[in-house]
Amino acid sequence: MSAIDQLFSELRQSKKKALMPFVTAGDPNIETTEAILRALGDAGADLCELGIPYSDPVADGPVIQSSYQRALESGFKLQQVFDLGKRLTGDAMLPRVTMVSYSIIHRIGMETYIKKAVEAGYSGAIVPDLLVEESAEFAKLCKASDFSLIQLVTPTTPRERQVRIAESSTGFLYYVSVTGITGERTALPTDLVDNVSWLRGQTDLPICIGFGISSPDTAAQLAPVADGLIVGSAIVRRIASASGKENVVRSVTEFVGQLRKAIDDAT
Amino acid sequence: MSSASARPHASASVPDSQGRFGDFGGRFVPETLTRALDQLADEYDRAKKDPEFQRELAGLLKTFVGRPSPLYHAKRLSNSVGGAQIWLKREDLNHTGAHKINNTLGQALLTLRMGKTRVIAETGAGQHGVASATACAHFGLPCTVYMGSEDIRRQKPNVFSMKLLGAEICAVESGSKTLRDAVNEAMRDWMSSVENTHYIIGSVIGPHPFPMMVRDFQAIIGRETREQCRDTFDRLPDCIVACVGGGSNAAGMFYPFVEDDGVRMVGVEAGGRGNAPGDHASPLSFGDPGVLHGSYSYVMQDEDGQTCDVHSMSAGLDYPGVGPEHSYWMATGRVDYIDCGDDAAMQAFDQLARTEGIIAALESSHAVAKAMTIAAEMKPDQHLVVCLSGRGDKDAMEIARLRGVTF
Repeated sequence: MSAIDQLFSELRQSKKKALMPFVTAGDPNIETTEAILRALGDAGADLCELGIPYSDPVADGPVIQSSYQRALESGFKLQQVFDLGKRLTGDAMLPRVTMVSYSIIHRIGMETYIKKAVEAGYSGAIVPDLLVEESAEFAKLCKASDFSLIQLVTPTTPRERQVRIAESSTGFLYYVSVTGITGERTALPTDLVDNVSWLRGQTDLPICIGFGISSPDTAAQLAPVADGLIVGSAIVRRIASASGKENVVRSVTEFVGQLRKAIDDAT
Repeated sequence: MSSASARPHASASVPDSQGRFGDFGGRFVPETLTRALDQLADEYDRAKKDPEFQRELAGLLKTFVGRPSPLYHAKRLSNSVGGAQIWLKREDLNHTGAHKINNTLGQALLTLRMGKTRVIAETGAGQHGVASATACAHFGLPCTVYMGSEDIRRQKPNVFSMKLLGAEICAVESGSKTLRDAVNEAMRDWMSSVENTHYIIGSVIGPHPFPMMVRDFQAIIGRETREQCRDTFDRLPDCIVACVGGGSNAAGMFYPFVEDDGVRMVGVEAGGRGNAPGDHASPLSFGDPGVLHGSYSYVMQDEDGQTCDVHSMSAGLDYPGVGPEHSYWMATGRVDYIDCGDDAAMQAFDQLARTEGIIAALESSHAVAKAMTIAAEMKPDQHLVVCLSGRGDKDAMEIARLRGVTF
């Protein structure tokens, strides 16, 4: 049982919903990323999604794109993610997964990637450009290392395919709320709640909703229907607009606290 | 046994149903695009077998594009080189001035068949942008073209043509502001608009079925060349040369000859300023297999898998990746890939203009340069065909700038 499986089983018992902030590794530098990760647990997050900067992220909107560009321009290297993971030890640390392009995994090798990630305390990976058809080999290797491979379902995914994706996913299932790229939205699709409810009837896997969640209000709307919520651009934007490590951490933790409260009040 | 003989023989029956050309190709895109790619693959499959679709496309290629394009014997160029007879497959004489229109008309017809109401495209040199805008104007489809701001600067005439044709141009300011970034931005548009929009990819790149489909639409170049060679010198050519950026003109030229082992084929990548990383755009010569823009193929990337910046003076070749079928042809040894630098391409551009009266695109000039080198080592009774993929009007201003000339 991976740390993610354990977390969701505990959350389900206590009828709580997971809050999963997304943070770009190395934006604006790896020290700030470390400070944010260390503060997220006390701020109310349950697990963390660490985005690995990639030069050509086609699924990302302007906010996350620029964060990747800032990190790469300031000299981000993949090894920093593994080194960072090894520094983040102790009971207070949240389970964490990486959001990583298959281009990067392929380059360093699937086995090497999993080995290094596991050694550094990461519990799983979201690979947004690895479709279920192409993922068999990686999924097998992940399973052998009890490393979760979190797959994505989108509004354009036909229902029978959603079930197939759920069957091959481990840890949780990432439900993409909108047909589009990452970024804050003022309104989410009206059929989102119905679609997620349907999928919950098809799988025991926890379902977390991501893309477009911009405020405590949206979080409150979606919390009842999901097992967890992923908030990316709204956090990355706060990291970009604050200056200095302390201010960045304060801005992020305040916002995470508001999201936590909204989610708990709604469920 | 040599190691070459142990390699698998290149087949024309690729890709498989997963879009794999040997190890290369496939589909590495966000889940959001899967349904549209499946729909496109299904519709293309139906269209291919539909005589009405084939008739309509063939009619357009004849009366709107002006096909067949001539196979021209460049006698003065051949004589000045002093080797094989050099023939030019004149894709530059197509409507819109390049091979790109062969593909955009096919994909525009598919757009209509799928009931989609909007088209997006990326462009580097602007030739695919103009060809997309032209096809869309012809069918009354709204068209948005993504183009890097560096390419907008160096290919101004094409930018204006696209506007005249009613297309909307979106300047891409991210990354290196060239073709690769334009593809990223078009993909992002498609992520949000996929329900009603078709993305006309301009080269044999991207996720399945694009590499196969674009190759098929461009294969008319090679099919005509086969016939024209038999009609003019009564046999197949000894050698074929084409430039390779993403690789669509080369794929269209090479594909119909893949199983003719007697025909040597050479793809010419952009050698830029030199062999150092960042100075060229030659992933087949200097890159490694990796994933970029939805398929597995050779790519220029660093040790972490980040795509590297590349350079070529020609916007159409200034791309860090290459179509997966070219990687397959290289792996099977069917096609030789070499590179040609900016300076040699520029010299070939001048030589072709002055000995034959043809102003070629800078992209095609890379192929002309290497064709002259290869022809020089061949015999006068041998025949070499160069795919002259486009005309050079679009490059006039950039060449003037590079030479410090004002007009």
